[in-house]
Amino acid sequence: MQALKYARAASVDDAIRLLRDGGEAARVLAGGTDLIVQARERRREVHLLVDIKRLAETMVLAYHAPTPPDAPPGFYIYPGLEVGAAVPLYRVYGDPDVQRHYRALVEASHVIGGTAIQGRATLGGNLANASPAADSIPAMMALGGVARVVGAGGTREIPVAEFCTGPGRSALQPTEFIVSLYFPPPASRSGSAWERFIPRNEMDIAVVNAAAYLAFEGDTVSEARLALGAVAPTPLALPDVAAALVGRPLDDAAIDRASAAASAAARPISDMRGTEAQRRRLVGVLVGRVLRKAAARARGEEVPA
Amino acid sequence: MTTTESAPSTEYRVIGTNPVRPDGVDKVTGRAVYGADVRLPGMLYGKVLRSPHAHALVKRVDASKALALPGVHAVLTNADFPEPLEPVMQTVRGPQPTRWDTERILAGRKVLFRGHPVAAVCATDPHVAEDAAALIEVEYEVLQAVATLDDALAPDAPILHDDGLASLVDGLFDPVDGKPSNIARQFTLGFGDLEAGFAQADIVLERQYETAMYHQGYIEPHNATAVWNRDGKVTIWTSTQGAFGIRQNVARVLNLPLGDLRVIPAEIGGGFGAKNVVYLEPIAALLSRKTGRPVQLTMNRTEVLEATGPTSGTRSWIKVGATKEGKLLAADVRLEFEAGAYPGSPVAGGARCALGPYVVPNQRVVGLDVVLNRPKTAAYRAPGAPAGEFPVESILDELAEQLDIDPMELRLRNCTALGMPRSDGAVQGNIGAREVMQAVISHPHYRSETVGADIGRGVAMGFWQNGGGESSAYAMVHADGRVTLVTGSVDIGGQRAALAMQFAEAMGIAYEDINSLVGDTDTIGFTGNTGGSRTTFATGWAVYQAAMDVREQLEQRAARIWECAADEVAYDPSDAALHGPDGKVMTFKEAARRLPGTGGMIQGQADIVSTNVGKVGACFGAHIADVHVDRETGKVTVLRYTAVQDVGKAIHPAYVEGQIQGGAVQGIGMALNEEYVYDSNGRMLNASFLDYRMPVANDLPMIDTVLVEVPNPGHPYGVRGVGEVPIIPPLGAIANAIHDAIGVRVTSLPASPRVILELLDEQAGGA
Amino acid sequence: MAKIAYTLHVNGEDHEVYAEPNLTLLEVVRDELRLTGAKEGCGTGDCGACTMHLDGENVTSCLVLGVEAQGRDVLTIEGLAQDGKLHPLQQAFIDHGALQCGFCIPGMILSGVALLERNPHPTREEIRQGIAGNLCRCTGYTKIVDAIEAVATGVAH
Repeated sequence: MQALKYARAASVDDAIRLLRDGGEAARVLAGGTDLIVQARERRREVHLLVDIKRLAETMVLAYHAPTPPDAPPGFYIYPGLEVGAAVPLYRVYGDPDVQRHYRALVEASHVIGGTAIQGRATLGGNLANASPAADSIPAMMALGGVARVVGAGGTREIPVAEFCTGPGRSALQPTEFIVSLYFPPPASRSGSAWERFIPRNEMDIAVVNAAAYLAFEGDTVSEARLALGAVAPTPLALPDVAAALVGRPLDDAAIDRASAAASAAARPISDMRGTEAQRRRLVGVLVGRVLRKAAARARGEEVPA
Repeated sequence: MTTTESAPSTEYRVIGTNPVRPDGVDKVTGRAVYGADVRLPGMLYGKVLRSPHAHALVKRVDASKALALPGVHAVLTNADFPEPLEPVMQTVRGPQPTRWDTERILAGRKVLFRGHPVAAVCATDPHVAEDAAALIEVEYEVLQAVATLDDALAPDAPILHDDGLASLVDGLFDPVDGKPSNIARQFTLGFGDLEAGFAQADIVLERQYETAMYHQGYIEPHNATAVWNRDGKVTIWTSTQGAFGIRQNVARVLNLPLGDLRVIPAEIGGGFGAKNVVYLEPIAALLSRKTGRPVQLTMNRTEVLEATGPTSGTRSWIKVGATKEGKLLAADVRLEFEAGAYPGSPVAGGARCALGPYVVPNQRVVGLDVVLNRPKTAAYRAPGAPAGEFPVESILDELAEQLDIDPMELRLRNCTALGMPRSDGAVQGNIGAREVMQAVISHPHYRSETVGADIGRGVAMGFWQNGGGESSAYAMVHADGRVTLVTGSVDIGGQRAALAMQFAEAMGIAYEDINSLVGDTDTIGFTGNTGGSRTTFATGWAVYQAAMDVREQLEQRAARIWECAADEVAYDPSDAALHGPDGKVMTFKEAARRLPGTGGMIQGQADIVSTNVGKVGACFGAHIADVHVDRETGKVTVLRYTAVQDVGKAIHPAYVEGQIQGGAVQGIGMALNEEYVYDSNGRMLNASFLDYRMPVANDLPMIDTVLVEVPNPGHPYGVRGVGEVPIIPPLGAIANAIHDAIGVRVTSLPASPRVILELLDEQAGGA
Repeated sequence: MAKIAYTLHVNGEDHEVYAEPNLTLLEVVRDELRLTGAKEGCGTGDCGACTMHLDGENVTSCLVLGVEAQGRDVLTIEGLAQDGKLHPLQQAFIDHGALQCGFCIPGMILSGVALLERNPHPTREEIRQGIAGNLCRCTGYTKIVDAIEAVATGVAH
């Protein structure tokens, strides 16, 4: 491994200062499951690692239900899920609120590496690493996730769907890092699902992954989000394909149209993990599967991962 | 669940039971010392600089910057190797120029595969060594890579071995059409009249198959630690399947007298055939000579995958003719095996085994050993046999389908037997091929129906001739009746237990009274590698003979005590006692206690060559696989799996099952998702455990085993080697199951999802 | 590179470490503490041979810096046996013939222990899932699953 220094940030401001002083080759260390491999294999120049694992802001994991209509006047808690950028995955998928409201997130975080990886890896790190094949990013996109980012220039929010700008590249500026991820509360009759295709049942990088969020009013889709992984230089949101689902029932024809449209929208390459044709085909298959699963969950059915 | 198909035996007390292994506690507590756990005072750490090119001339190596780095002690290149005393060396795959072996270990004029070592450096810590290696400047003249078999066999292919050394060995790289080629060797096995055989056939099938290049995938990377003393004596600790083989190889490339080189086999983290080859050992030794300090090198996973010895990628062509009753009349087989950068693929093993389970009166098996710019292949469990037998097991399935005969019944109709000839001219001994096939046919798994859409079942056979060779053992009897048993066989799969059990059986003493150890090259007689399924058989023989030696010495000692003739005393293992005239009895324990006062302690010993003492028992297995195929994604899931095998006599049934289960899963990996992926420049694209897809725990069902016991009359306890065979049948069994499930024939392994989807597309297009 | 000093709490004991900050927890434990039970099989978190527990959670120690673990509880295979008695899972691995070469076993056992602590009565499928991050090349996993199941169901061999 390359020579490097290590610093544990005492506060968010301390982390910003360390990153600023450390220059280009200073990196934020959360779970380290990507970064330490990159440093070891010298794929990414790292001279300073700034550990953000012991900050209250990066270790938060809290869900607040929308304020009930009968709440006393003045009572208001910002609803939704806040996941600190350094919270390990096993805590995310093990959380009862996440399990109840954000099934796509549970499904994605449950299969990133084995249990020993899940003891370290984080959603924030998965997003910051900005791999086109990252497992959790499409799930976060489908759930309307927003990254809360701080840096020398202040605080800002970046929708997960706009976060990745290329393979390994993101909208983060130098000195900026993700503090936490925010997910809005799901609509009352909604469901989400995530699936990936890998040749084995564990360990592999996704050949393709897909996530869907669907909300219903009666039989009609009222809200939809779809996202794909490993089929473009960045994880890919499919707002147009999702929009076409809204305002009508989710019947087989609608699912088939969405699958076909998603296949067409994907821009996969051929590499040793899969060919372009294989990936296009898998996009169609997985989009169909996540839509059906999300819809079933919206109906209140128990659908195993 | 395991079933054993033999009459319950009362003749053995220890054999057939499942005692715990002597290395068990050390291994579950982390105390076992593997090669990379060795730490010596003042030790330096080495790092190998490897070629980024698959084929290039090395024009210049400049290590001055590396040597200037603080903490760096020495740099090594091929020029540091002595000129070999023997220009030609013998290998298990035939003679070859010795110079090629030093150039394989550290490249000379040329690099022949990506990852080929070019230089090595040692420093005070591994990170400094890594930094230093990056500072060594190498100038290459990149040559066109010979990346595939087609590239290698093309008439205008670049020639890998153009240094003229091939002419040292007869029959190596003979010109093809008067031109140099990349075909290292070609040979033909067989007998009978092919033309006549095919002429009589009611049905003739002809197919082509391919298998990918696979890695053994042991979890422990290669390592070596060496000390070159100032008196010229060298000691090497390494993870190997055979200390004596390593000693031989290192001595040969360093021109060392065998007696000056001690090789100590550390606990080994898996080998499967590949840890019989030297990579780091000579480098560590020469770096130690240069620095006067111990030097250790370990590989990382990328180095293991790119630059050790995987198995051959293969291409095969087969034609079979049969009667409409399914009787095989003729078979013509051609096997083309990639050797990697230097000659020596296991194509001969594949050719010997391809038709092994069957009687084929007219047959020809042609084998080609072809070099190309990939790492030199090494042995991998039943070397050559999985790729050699897959085509046969596939085409027989098709034959059975076309003739509407049950696939195992078809095999039974052609089953080989005692006295039948094998392709290589050898004759089958007392074997259990028929018993294995019959056990499949009557097994509940085979008799059950497959239920559900896109679910299918396949069966296939496997055959391995097994190995014998040299083994040594000695047994020291202690005054308290305990015994220390030392053999030269490195323990990978539980040999320490299996050998102690045979000794205990021969003596009639308790397994727990034996301390079973592995010696090193200075403390035990010559013993072949733990490989080829030879150890429990051949070293078991040595152990048995050592027990006989102990018994004889005890008889002499008792005769002295009882003042009678030695032939009046007999040792009886059934009560572990010496019996003399007039009903005199002395237990083993009592005899041991009296040793110090009656002439001193004794030790029994034996050095055997198994061909002199008994016959290697060939081994047969058959697997039944049920799979589900997801037509949408192409993913194959193994639902149920049963491995049936003739094991001769299972010394330790649980460890025999473990061998079968492990081998079967490696074969399932070959069938489904493992493969080397190369680009056209000879660069491996998946050199990590992330992308070299070995089966993980939740990919697999329970591997059920059936131990059929047809004792090998060539061994005192009927042992047959069991480790090799189980890797062979999965390739055919899974491919055949896929056909049964979705109607497509997989002819190129692995049957990865991409391949299945393409076959389904073809099927849809053709329908 | 400048070395730094820190304290590691491993298997219930404090160890003063003075080492480069780029050393992984695996390297520190193996080379500085000389506890060589954890193995490096890949260095990329893919094989699980280096598995340790960090504050009770399963981690691949090749992907953790030694310095990251300061002030936290590290459990390695050497710390699993208590009072000279093997952990039931260690004993079960021996009794069930669940190990061959043994190289993956320290990591495999720690993943098994982590699984049983979180889910004391897993199904065979859950066991397979729980150890899917630990590669074993010798056994085909069947007897490893048997051993973990035996402890989970309290069936002594």
